[in-house]
Amino acid sequence: MAFMLWGFSAALAAPPKDSCVTCHLQLPGQYGQPAKLFPSDVHQQAGLTCADCHGGDPNDDSMNAMSPAKGFRGVPAKAQIPAFCGRCHSDPSYMRKFNPSLRTDQLSEYLTSVHGKRLKQGDTKVAVCVDCHSVHDIRSPSDTRAPVYPTHVADTCARCHADANYMKGYKIPTNQYALYKKSVHAAALAGGDISAPTCTTCHGNHGATPPGVNSVASVCGTCHVMNQQLFEKSPHGAAFAKMGLPGCVQCHSNHEIVKPEDSWVGTNPKAVCVTCHVKGDNGYKTAEAIAGGINKLKTTYQNADEVLNKAEQSGMEVSSARVELTSAHSDLIKARVVVHSFNATDVLKVTSQGVATSRKAQEEGIAALHERDYRRKGLAIALIAIVIAISGLYLKVRKMERS
Amino acid sequence: MAGIKRRTLDWIDERLGGGGSIEEFLRHKKVPLHRHTIWYYFGGMALFLFIIQVLTGILLLMYYRPTASGAFESVQFIVTQVKFGWLIRSIHSWSANLMILIVFIHMFSVFFMKAYRKPRELTWVSGMVLFFIVLAFGFSGYLLPWNTLAFFATKVGTDMAGFVPFIGGWIKVFLRGGNEVTGATLTRFFGFHVAVLPGLATLLLALHLLLVQRLGMSVPPGVEKKIKEGQEPERTMPFFPNFLLRDIMGWYGALGALGALAAIFPWELGTKANPFGSAPAGIHPEWYFLFMFQTLKYLPSKVFFIDGELVGLMLFGLAGALWVLIPFLDYKAGFGRTTRFFTGLGIFVLGYIIVLSGLAIF
Repeated sequence: MAFMLWGFSAALAAPPKDSCVTCHLQLPGQYGQPAKLFPSDVHQQAGLTCADCHGGDPNDDSMNAMSPAKGFRGVPAKAQIPAFCGRCHSDPSYMRKFNPSLRTDQLSEYLTSVHGKRLKQGDTKVAVCVDCHSVHDIRSPSDTRAPVYPTHVADTCARCHADANYMKGYKIPTNQYALYKKSVHAAALAGGDISAPTCTTCHGNHGATPPGVNSVASVCGTCHVMNQQLFEKSPHGAAFAKMGLPGCVQCHSNHEIVKPEDSWVGTNPKAVCVTCHVKGDNGYKTAEAIAGGINKLKTTYQNADEVLNKAEQSGMEVSSARVELTSAHSDLIKARVVVHSFNATDVLKVTSQGVATSRKAQEEGIAALHERDYRRKGLAIALIAIVIAISGLYLKVRKMERS
Repeated sequence: MAGIKRRTLDWIDERLGGGGSIEEFLRHKKVPLHRHTIWYYFGGMALFLFIIQVLTGILLLMYYRPTASGAFESVQFIVTQVKFGWLIRSIHSWSANLMILIVFIHMFSVFFMKAYRKPRELTWVSGMVLFFIVLAFGFSGYLLPWNTLAFFATKVGTDMAGFVPFIGGWIKVFLRGGNEVTGATLTRFFGFHVAVLPGLATLLLALHLLLVQRLGMSVPPGVEKKIKEGQEPERTMPFFPNFLLRDIMGWYGALGALGALAAIFPWELGTKANPFGSAPAGIHPEWYFLFMFQTLKYLPSKVFFIDGELVGLMLFGLAGALWVLIPFLDYKAGFGRTTRFFTGLGIFVLGYIIVLSGLAIF
């Protein structure tokens, strides 16, 4: 009786029969691969089966399980894949069951992308859902192993976009990935900052499209808000728009966005200003004034920092001066942002404030070093007095003990 | 001049009543003279540094504020704005550390010279209690500047108290003035540091000095044996002025060393404690607790179903208690019979402290 009950309860607890998995696991190569990969798929973890996407009857052990009469859809053609995935992923009421906050606009966005438009025109070389998300081992984008996890996105895009042979005929460069890898954004991402921009941050993911000349500043401005606002109000904002020049990209490049240096501003040969401005024009004078202000602040800041370091190494307490100098450093960062106004007066207002703060901190550092020297002189005098006292005592003891 | 001195001594003697004059007492107090006499100076040196601590502590009290919002700033004010405040604060910190070092040396010198043997058992016990009080001074004083390192070290230290069986939780709350290290802990530690511990220390110190005075200074068994066998003459030195003048020479030297340390290596203030911040990397207690800290690091998290920390605490508690009871365990030393076991034990303990502290530092 007990065995019967045990057998009954075991039968109740057993997973439902799935003839797709049972058969395909025994098949070699491409026919067996999906069944082997599926346990690591996010859909399997959500309780979905092969039949939920491919149709058919998983309870039927015969080949009839895959008959159209049983709703079998089979393997979709590449051109049908977005719609195939979209059956569920574009259905908010269905998706709500699994994750109420999950987006359901991926398909409609995809159709507006270059990939989607070209697919519609019959180009099956373009990326569809499975090219980026993989197939049968699809992982959540927040899974670090997913090909669409922020640190893997560039590699995923590069699989096609960095392949010159594959991209032949599209008339777009294939060096974006190589350039991006040199950028400050890639370095930040590699450094563990997963909020740092990758391909999809600027180009979009499902609606992937190159940002046009007019939208470049907007793309950069999603993170660099102040820089964008200042640029738009600056003389360059209107002039660039008139000339059809891309805003940020003109000086900072697009994929190869390296760490900007202060030498980019000014009239030195490395400065980007002199690519357009020539000696004597207003822009040249402004660039000269801005560079002068920033360099002055940098020099006074470095001098103060050096003095405070020296005082700290001598064990002097200069923490309040250190705090003041931090505000001078903030002014330097602020000035580097205000540069995007291309207004010398505005920049100099910030830099002169930083220069005054740096000088004050430097004076405090110098005073601390003077105090250190004063203490050491005092110590020398005290030590001489102590040595004399000890010597006197020693002589006294010796004299006393001899007598 | 001699007349004034005479009259002053007579005046004091008259007011102290019978029992002999001060001059007589000073003249009769002798210090044994042999090849280990140098170790006798460490007791006086510890006393001198204790007096320095009291004096500089009183001066610091004039500006120090024992609150979480004002402690760090008040110490910062002392070292930057108060005239010679930097000197007083640095000397207080350096002298505290030097005092603990000297107390360690004094304790081990007494141990190896077997000065604890009959009839000086109580001198050893009172000295050991003083030693624990000195460590408590160090632990409580460490938190007072309310800087990051001290804050987290106190957190770890008071957490350890929580591992004591049955009453650990109560001790932890009592020390902290709550469940966490807060301003209440600071105020409490301040109270311990400037009122409770000095009171206890003064009483114990008076008892310790009285016992030393009554029983005189112990001569090591080896020297005593040689004197008895006539292999070495019994030599002494008058305490006053010969020994005292030598003591003063040492105190001058200590004063010079403290001044030099304060001027060349001012005691660091660090950054203000932030109870919501994360503990800095490489957090460790003061050097004199490092050997215990390192031992706890080596202990596994569980030793036969008992927490590793609890095992460590029990071992140190037991070792400390046995150390205090050494005169009673090594009672044979009182009859002139020295056992190699206790000398070996002393060498092991000293070596253990040095090696474990070294491992924690490097």
